[in-house]
Amino acid sequence: MDKEMNIKTPDGSPHRGGDALRAEGVCLFDKIWSAHVVQNVEDGPTQLYIDRLYCHEVTTPQAFDTLRDKKISVFRPEQVVAMPDHNTPSDQQERIDDPVGRKQVETLAKNCAEFGIRHFAMGTKDNGIIHVVGPEKALSLPGMTIVCGDSHTSTHGAVGAIAMGIGTSEVAQVLASQTILQSKPKTMRINIEGTLAEGVTAKDVALYIMAQMTTSGATGYAVEYSGSTVRNMSMEGRLTLSNLSIEMGSRAGLIAPDETTFEYLKGREYAPKGEEWDKAVEKWKMLYSDPDAVFDKEVTYYAEDIAPRITYGTNPGAGIAIDECIPTLEEVNEADRTQFLSMLDYMQFKPGQKLEGTPVDYCFLGACTNGRIEDFRAFASVVKGKKKAPNVVAWLVPGSWLVRQQIIDEGIDKILEEAGFELRLPSCSSCLAMNPDKVPAGKLSISTSNRNFVGRQGPGARTILASPLVVAASAVTGVISRPPLPVGHLPLYGETSGMSSSTDNSDKTE
Amino acid sequence: MALPIEGEMPNGQRGYSIMKQKFNIIQSTCLPIRIDNCNTDLIIPARYLASTTRDPQFFGDAFMHDLRFDAEGKPVADFVMNKAEYSEAPRQGVHEIIIGGQNWGSGSSREHAAWAIAGYGVRVVISSSFADIHRNNLLNCFVLPVIVSEKFQQELFDTIEADPQAEVRVDLPAQTVTNLATGHSEYFDINNYKKYCLMNALDDIDFLLESKEKIEEFEKETHPVPPCEGGY
Repeated sequence: MDKEMNIKTPDGSPHRGGDALRAEGVCLFDKIWSAHVVQNVEDGPTQLYIDRLYCHEVTTPQAFDTLRDKKISVFRPEQVVAMPDHNTPSDQQERIDDPVGRKQVETLAKNCAEFGIRHFAMGTKDNGIIHVVGPEKALSLPGMTIVCGDSHTSTHGAVGAIAMGIGTSEVAQVLASQTILQSKPKTMRINIEGTLAEGVTAKDVALYIMAQMTTSGATGYAVEYSGSTVRNMSMEGRLTLSNLSIEMGSRAGLIAPDETTFEYLKGREYAPKGEEWDKAVEKWKMLYSDPDAVFDKEVTYYAEDIAPRITYGTNPGAGIAIDECIPTLEEVNEADRTQFLSMLDYMQFKPGQKLEGTPVDYCFLGACTNGRIEDFRAFASVVKGKKKAPNVVAWLVPGSWLVRQQIIDEGIDKILEEAGFELRLPSCSSCLAMNPDKVPAGKLSISTSNRNFVGRQGPGARTILASPLVVAASAVTGVISRPPLPVGHLPLYGETSGMSSSTDNSDKTE
Repeated sequence: MALPIEGEMPNGQRGYSIMKQKFNIIQSTCLPIRIDNCNTDLIIPARYLASTTRDPQFFGDAFMHDLRFDAEGKPVADFVMNKAEYSEAPRQGVHEIIIGGQNWGSGSSREHAAWAIAGYGVRVVISSSFADIHRNNLLNCFVLPVIVSEKFQQELFDTIEADPQAEVRVDLPAQTVTNLATGHSEYFDINNYKKYCLMNALDDIDFLLESKEKIEEFEKETHPVPPCEGGY
């Protein structure tokens, strides 16, 4: 706890005191962590205070039952926010036909009513995917500790918070005590430097990093993303990057808050207002890794090495640049060959095969990875004035009702409609097979979601992960395609200038 | 194929303490699941998550479902759990230990994967590495994750695949795992707090509930909740 007290300042003067937020030589993760330590259990984990708990319908029913069995209430209900997202259909939200999924959604509503928790019900304007809704309503703020029974909680780290996925037993612990027992992870800084080429997005950056460091390369670490490429990314791009941290094994992916963060959050529904806002920003400006901060591991990647990417296997790290071929057997380590061949067998691909030009059956734009307004702008910029390929089934699913409204306000829905695409209703949709948007067995899907696991989009479904630009290009050609250059006139990732982040923006960005 | 409907819980128990059991020494034959990066979607497919209880039977039956069964529900003959020598469900001394591939339990945070492992009857998972969230979930379900060296992991796979009757002994008090066929042994790490919890069937939640005063003091003295709209 007192680690910061002993740290010398760079000029050798005595340290100012125990305020963790003003400590020198400390990384961002450690600043936020130490400010939330209730106690360190002797020869055990840390009891960490949690500012925000999010609940969805899939991983919480048993947690609420734990409270019932123990006859206790929710300790700090005002710090808990709940919404269903996994089971919600994207074609209509009047009803859920599947009785099992319906029961989960109804159970969440019932639990929230009984325990006094704010609940954004299915089909209402506040609803959407938790990891899209949290940041866009400023329910997730810099400096917070945030948990949810969902591994993609890492998304919220993009605002400069410690945000981690947890299990259902841990959800019960937070409901009961607003704290959690966790061992402190090691820290890793991933620097990405330089300017991304046109058509290369935050999604490609994340897929590139995963391919470099494998899906377990960051296991045991909390990652901080840094470097000029990240600084120049829009908030939406940063949320995509942090979202995919767990696919490298890291539970948390933090980005130090800056003007882009403050601009994004200001004026949003639950952001501090007036004087409180100014005070908050002053505090948030202290949330960065000190220049002399030391990480357990540090790696640097360069934007110039990153091209639009696709995956070819059944884990997100099995990826290539879109114009590359799948590795040949000889290019794969001998120890990894069995798994490599088994992945290709499932995907119905061959070693050394080039995938660009391969026909696709399904295209999915959405999920907590790429279901935000910029993703729809990017998709629309490619399909504008073109037509959806007849062989393709396309699901375009906004991450929240707020995103959907903004799509309509900006006239993007018209562009999509003219190109033969239908804008659907907010849902996790085809990211995982828990609602009607399932990819049939054997069909090939190109998807902006986060996992290409065996059966992830439906039993037997084959998934290729890619950016909204690649999915859009593939949706109009009907085959795996790189984004056409130059990419339209709509603002893309990284182009923050002139792009309003306010949610009532009705300017047409064309 | 229609999903089975989960059963009612015995004795009106809904969520808490179904998996609770004291852990000491486990000596058993093993189930070798030689799959690297075995993610929690494989351990339990998403369609089995649409549940509102922790019915061990329901989740145990769903364990590794899509590798065990084909689309028609027929057992996949060459999957390890369907081979005669490994197909017997775990009971004391039999198949209570899984030897898993590296990066066991990656991907989704679903605790249902740990419920499936516990529900099937497994008490220990041994691997050279675990995903962080799944490892915590196993501990919270009173299943012991044991991290061994890659070399020892390979030795265990080789021993068990050569002789499915070979036994492994996991001694939590001594923090050792022993391949009884070769006599080779490795020490494994676990913090004393969690070790005590497992040996005495204690939950984290009880510890946290007992610390309410500390939490309230922390909220008051160290971390006042800012007066923003929405409670934060």
